[in-house]
Amino acid sequence: MKTIYCFFLVSVFWFLFSGDAYAMHISEGILPFNWAALWFIVAVPFVAYGLYRLKKVSAIDISFKPLVGLMSAVVFIISCMPIPVPTAGTCSHPCGTGISGILLGPAISVLIAAVALLIQALFLAHGGLSTWGADVVSMGVVGSFAGFFTFKVLRLLKINMAVAAFFAGLFADWATYATTSLELTTGIRGDSAFMPLFIKILVAFIPTQLPLGIVEGAMTSGMIMLLYKKRPDLLVKMGVIKSGEAL
Amino acid sequence: MKIQNYKLFFLAIFLFLIFSARGGSAFGGNFSFVNAAEWSGVDETVVEKYAEEHGRVARKPFINTDQGDLLLFVFLLAGAIGGFAAGYCWRKLIEQKPKNNNAPIHRTF
Repeated sequence: MKTIYCFFLVSVFWFLFSGDAYAMHISEGILPFNWAALWFIVAVPFVAYGLYRLKKVSAIDISFKPLVGLMSAVVFIISCMPIPVPTAGTCSHPCGTGISGILLGPAISVLIAAVALLIQALFLAHGGLSTWGADVVSMGVVGSFAGFFTFKVLRLLKINMAVAAFFAGLFADWATYATTSLELTTGIRGDSAFMPLFIKILVAFIPTQLPLGIVEGAMTSGMIMLLYKKRPDLLVKMGVIKSGEAL
Repeated sequence: MKIQNYKLFFLAIFLFLIFSARGGSAFGGNFSFVNAAEWSGVDETVVEKYAEEHGRVARKPFINTDQGDLLLFVFLLAGAIGGFAAGYCWRKLIEQKPKNNNAPIHRTF
């Protein structure tokens, strides 16, 4: 089985990273200044609260910081990992904020998404600096909170953890792209009517994001279940499960 | 369904998606659902397309690292800075004991 996994991992890296990187983030200059500024204003309090939470949590246990660093790397890689979608003939990427929202809480997840997006905008031309606020709101804020709340609500309803994590990843992905559609529509519509353009953009995302959301859900579920089996103590420590639920 | 079957199921989905996609571009597009000329990202096919239709064109990035080996240098620099920071804080991270190791870290947001 190990050989199959090794082959699988090598295949994934070879196939995925041998091409150009593709992105969903809103590129530099797409949004007019006033809309870009508005999304900045919306994003900043969430990022600031994330910093506050990180400081507060690290004061209790400093080993939380390397964990946040590790999750930042995970979100950075996942959110610039192009996945070809054969049903649409296009490429897109998952967001990773569903898993970070579940594990670290949505506030810190916003912070790490903001850092990942800033590095991508600065050095990889993946998203723009002027559109950083809009990208933080869609991927960081909406993605993290959607993932976190979906997981919490489903767990409160006594839904199986793997299923709850799957839907958390799925809704985090879809909510991110729905928000991107909203940001794009408000920014570019001019005198056009809002709803027809919003629906047009949202529908254009569906062929790619519908299957990719399912992939992100499966990935999130797999990661949570792996942690649950191998390191349930970490999930207890991060408040994802209670100590009685650990294996 | 047993856990082993789940793993094989997800493995099959991933391999199918990846191989059919790469097959589409590398082998003439014969075994993907859609015979796309390019595997363009949704930034081009959706975001930039609709933006252009409404008169908004993407600008060139402020820092363009897509020149020669510049991107490799950026990764080298990031690795060096990250490695230095991790090494510098290593002792602090390893030796400092948590105040209450059993307390869950986040219960709220």
